[in-house]
Amino acid sequence: MYLMVSEREAAEGCGRGDAAMASRRVTRKWEVFAGRNRFWCDGRLMTAPHPGVFALTLALICGTCVLHFAFDCPFLAARVSGAVPAAGAALCGVTLAALLRTALSDPGIIPRAAPHEAAALGALEAADGAAGRPPPRAREVLVRGRPVKLKYCFTCKMFRPPRASHCSLCDNCVDRFDHHCPWVGNCVGKRNYRYFYLFVVSLSFLAVWVFACAVTHLALLARGAGLAAALRASPASAVSAAVCFLSVWSVLGLAGFHTYLASTDQTTNEDIKGSFSRRGSGGAGTNPYSRGNACANCWHVLCGPLAPSLIDRRGVLSSDARDDLPPRFAHVLCVPPAPAPAPAPAPPAAAHSPAPTHRNGTLGGSYTNLFEGGDAARHAYTNHSLEHEPVPLQHVVGSASRLRLLHDTTMIDAALDLDDPVAPAAAL
Amino acid sequence: MMANNRIPSGPNTPGSQQTPTQQGIKIFIQRDYSEGTAVKFQTRFPPELEDRIDRQTFEFTMERLNEHFEMAETADCSTYCEGCLACLTAYFIYICTETHYEKHLRKISKFIATQNERVYNPRGIHITDPILRGLRVIEITIIDVPNCQSPTGNSTSSQLRHT
Repeated sequence: MYLMVSEREAAEGCGRGDAAMASRRVTRKWEVFAGRNRFWCDGRLMTAPHPGVFALTLALICGTCVLHFAFDCPFLAARVSGAVPAAGAALCGVTLAALLRTALSDPGIIPRAAPHEAAALGALEAADGAAGRPPPRAREVLVRGRPVKLKYCFTCKMFRPPRASHCSLCDNCVDRFDHHCPWVGNCVGKRNYRYFYLFVVSLSFLAVWVFACAVTHLALLARGAGLAAALRASPASAVSAAVCFLSVWSVLGLAGFHTYLASTDQTTNEDIKGSFSRRGSGGAGTNPYSRGNACANCWHVLCGPLAPSLIDRRGVLSSDARDDLPPRFAHVLCVPPAPAPAPAPAPPAAAHSPAPTHRNGTLGGSYTNLFEGGDAARHAYTNHSLEHEPVPLQHVVGSASRLRLLHDTTMIDAALDLDDPVAPAAAL
Repeated sequence: MMANNRIPSGPNTPGSQQTPTQQGIKIFIQRDYSEGTAVKFQTRFPPELEDRIDRQTFEFTMERLNEHFEMAETADCSTYCEGCLACLTAYFIYICTETHYEKHLRKISKFIATQNERVYNPRGIHITDPILRGLRVIEITIIDVPNCQSPTGNSTSSQLRHT
């Protein structure tokens, strides 16, 4: 994101002579997006910053499918039924569609607070807390009668809504955060959980199907000539069977796990942290978001209304913060612009708050420039905001074994503890 | 926390003295999570608006807004059918149709625009569509401050600070 913006700026600087082009080009909001996501096709598609593992997933699925269609399908279509290739193609199509949809859509990113909103919040917190004491970093609300802690996100300058969490890889708060999945190269959150679930389920069907076809192919070949001859005759079947056999267990495990999560309306993040465990602190034994029965939960999670994307990637960046006010209001407000007020509890934002005047030319209004000190400063700051509450011990044991199980089956280890910016670097 | 439904940013609040001169007084109505994570805003009347608008009008707007969001979020039969159909088409249908939620968001934008035009703007208040603030807050801007203690003093101090 950073790089892309600076490249654009450089390109603009070089080609300033082309005035006609420059006047026609508009700056869209994805170009000044604050997180580290990468955008493609002029903001229509988005992925996490390093989609390398996603390319691997895609290559693995496509490769196995190609082997299946090239070597197993013609044989089975002739010997068994013409429906075999058709079913394979349908499964493969659904899997790839779900994968691309998960990987390339907005997971439910919550946009960061604008400087004036953060300043107002900061002023309130400063007024509430006694002078000299640091402002509270969490506040508690009641959700259906159960206390839920809302943590203040120092990067996004807001109190995170319930169930939201900050993904340290993408550097965004994501609503109903499930986990950051390197395999699909995106966070899994409120908006793409259904696609992710469809992907996992269809992939497990696809793996079983391809495996079964390859084994049938080999078995039919081996019937007359023996297994060695069959393997010699169709080595590709052996390869696709091996790939499917190795991957099907983890995918099936994951599908089962997510079916359980969907039926109880939990997220992976909450399950691992044990948020609704019976022995949880404060007696928060049950999940306040659950609708009571498994069917209703599944139904709502997978087929309920799809929340809108809040980041408006393709929207045109207005040159001025006053643009969303009616003209006569904006006219009243035509005073010499001054830098944004300095919120007491948020020193870095105050130090680098972009002045509204800068928004016009230099993309200075972008929050990307909030941390001019570079990533070191940003990380130092996010580290500063870490505040882990003590977790009861029995919890830790349960969730550690669950975490290991999950890790063993899925190899998802990146960014499961989402408040920690150091973990993902180690994991990747 | 429930008392924090408004964020006073008047001239007497520390750290936000320039807010009135620069963008008017801003009031932020926060989300109400008492019934889950569905979008719902607190309906408590902010005292800053007391001398500009009567309580009933404001509460009517907020309640209608909450109703609209509730309609957008509730999953009735047609929403589920839409979701199911989308699922069966591997969610390709979302490329070509507008979702149930988006239709309601357009209604909400329209509702806020009409309310602003008819009720709020003539009284110097402007309500910003919450979708522009990520559905986190409703931002209310008060423009021509009648009881602004010393607008000239404010602006000169800010000018002094930056020259």
